[in-house]
Amino acid sequence: MRTHSATLTARLAAGLALAPAALLAGVALAPAAALAAPTPIPSPGAVTVTKAGTSFLSATPVAAGQPVRVGASTGEYLYWSFPAAAGETHEINATVSLAANRSGRSTWAVEVFDGLRRRQACTAGAQTPTADASASTVAIGCTLRRVRPWAEPWSADPLPGTYYVRLTVVDVPEPDLGLPIDVDLLISTTGDADTSPEDGKLEAPLVPPANAGTVLDAVPTAAPEDSDDDGWNLDLTGWLPEAGSRWVWTTAGGMLAAVAGVVGFALTRRSARRVVR
Amino acid sequence: MINKRWSSAVLLGLLAATTLAGPVPASADDDRAEPIAEPPRVQLVLDVSGSMRATDIDGRSRISVAQQAFGEVVDALPDETQLGIRVLGATYRGKDKQQGCLDTQQIVPVGPVDREAAKAAVATLRPTGFTPVGLALREAAKDLGTGSTARRIVLITDGEDTCAPPDPCQVARELAAQGTTLVVDTLGLAPDEKVRKQLLCIAAATGGTYTAANSANDLTDRLKQLVDRARDTYATTPAKVDGTEACPDAPLLAPGVYTDRESFSEHRWYRVPVRPGQELRASVSMALDRPVNLDYGVLLRATAADGRELVRGVDAGSGRIDVISAGLRWSAGADDETDERDADAPTPTAPAVTTVCLVVSNMFAPQPGTAKNPGMPVELTVDVVAASPTPDGPDLGRGWVLLLLLTVAGLLTGLVAGWLTRWWVATWREN
Repeated sequence: MRTHSATLTARLAAGLALAPAALLAGVALAPAAALAAPTPIPSPGAVTVTKAGTSFLSATPVAAGQPVRVGASTGEYLYWSFPAAAGETHEINATVSLAANRSGRSTWAVEVFDGLRRRQACTAGAQTPTADASASTVAIGCTLRRVRPWAEPWSADPLPGTYYVRLTVVDVPEPDLGLPIDVDLLISTTGDADTSPEDGKLEAPLVPPANAGTVLDAVPTAAPEDSDDDGWNLDLTGWLPEAGSRWVWTTAGGMLAAVAGVVGFALTRRSARRVVR
Repeated sequence: MINKRWSSAVLLGLLAATTLAGPVPASADDDRAEPIAEPPRVQLVLDVSGSMRATDIDGRSRISVAQQAFGEVVDALPDETQLGIRVLGATYRGKDKQQGCLDTQQIVPVGPVDREAAKAAVATLRPTGFTPVGLALREAAKDLGTGSTARRIVLITDGEDTCAPPDPCQVARELAAQGTTLVVDTLGLAPDEKVRKQLLCIAAATGGTYTAANSANDLTDRLKQLVDRARDTYATTPAKVDGTEACPDAPLLAPGVYTDRESFSEHRWYRVPVRPGQELRASVSMALDRPVNLDYGVLLRATAADGRELVRGVDAGSGRIDVISAGLRWSAGADDETDERDADAPTPTAPAVTTVCLVVSNMFAPQPGTAKNPGMPVELTVDVVAASPTPDGPDLGRGWVLLLLLTVAGLLTGLVAGWLTRWWVATWREN
């Protein structure tokens, strides 16, 4: 009996070790690809942007992975904008080549704003580095928070939409203003945009309007309610859960648990059968 | 190999995701690429005063460097850009300051450029007279005329204004306050401290830039960049609006971009109608166009018609910056909607339109001698979009760890069940 139980436990241990190992292998494969991504190199074939805007309204649009190289003057405010989708994490890296013969230390900053011009926090990176008078370049970096698919209107969480990057010198001796600089900037994105529909969705991304406004004469009356919901709606797409939904994951987990239960039961039974023989 | 396949799969997924999320960048581009009938207009203002004779840029005289740069800019000019050239201090040789300070002419009118004629006009310039920068700026703004697009002036000078008043910096601030977007970019040729201070002031007052040009290459490259920028960055000018001191009579704003001016410790109110099921988005930027004390802030608040605060956006800063911005989102909650409906709507069946009041206030402190009027530029962006409801999914899980956990739990349950069954069978047989 003791030997039986010994072989049984060995079997069990093997079974227990194997099943999760197989699963773990599956688990490990998916994030491996995602983790391999964060290297701040430009995407192949991306066209270098050689411009920068001078205000929020005139910010030059760039895409993630598109390198920016622009000549400018010390003290200029340089603006770029980039689109962000839910689930992404953006990293901004900039190198400023400074003019020679400067008179003192200068502090540079890259600031990021969302589509509502709300300041975004950097989770990592040298956001406001200081360059000595003798330094020839200064490196600036900022890693943003992961973009949420939804947030309460009162919160300041990062949401999908347009983001603005402003690069400038924030502290500089006055005689050094106006000297030529060269700016290299790259916005890289990591993350698999893997968000569940149950996490909510922002109905309209934070993309600000660019048109000139109009002053209204009177409060407009409410528009009539949409009548789309009236009558029978036989469209099943609203009922079927989307791929990646929690329903699908949990159902799959339940099935796996059932199979694993049968396997576990069979492991004990099979050894028992051998005893009978 | 496996890794490659997986990464390509992930890439495909990302591609699919970006196609799905396509409207985000696309709509941003669409807004920007809105066809604008007016061509970009830019005016170069060149100082041809006596000091331009100095030969201190790469061993050449300042005027010859400027002439060469102008020639190259005119050659490289994009076809649609309308360029004008105005000079100051170019003709009057006398000593009478009063007369010398009226010496500014437009030698190339703003419009489609005749390259040869423009280059010839620049080539004949000889350094001569005084430096009436303020007057030249005023005239240059007139030359550009009114229109719905942003206009740029590029001022190239080597010496400070010798004709104040009018003080060129004050002139620049007045021009910027006239409601049409006018940006003055300044270029100092081998500038000294006084020139630098003056040009920095002019640039800051209009949201322009200042560059020190110490070589011919610097000047040419920068001029080309600025003229290009006039084409790239000109957009429809925001609508001018006048905020009021209180909410009830504040202007009603439709979605769009607006500009206003706000002085120190002033409040400006606006109203935005928001229908049920809609979300209000507003952002404000205030420009620091004059010297203010070190620390500053801006506050944007949304209040209901009865004065209670709904939400606020705030940002503060310290040191050198062009604009400081804050933004907010707000959508009517269930309580608010019923409240408003009861209060405002005479018929209970019609959903009411909530009028949200927006108030912009600033925390700027003027330095001694800083002019209070006109106020500082305010850029207000208002948008009303569909509200995003709170997600109310069931308490389910997702992810690989969940699958692993459930499988291990299932396996253990199976094992325990198996053991129990065996034990039960064994004890049953023995009995």
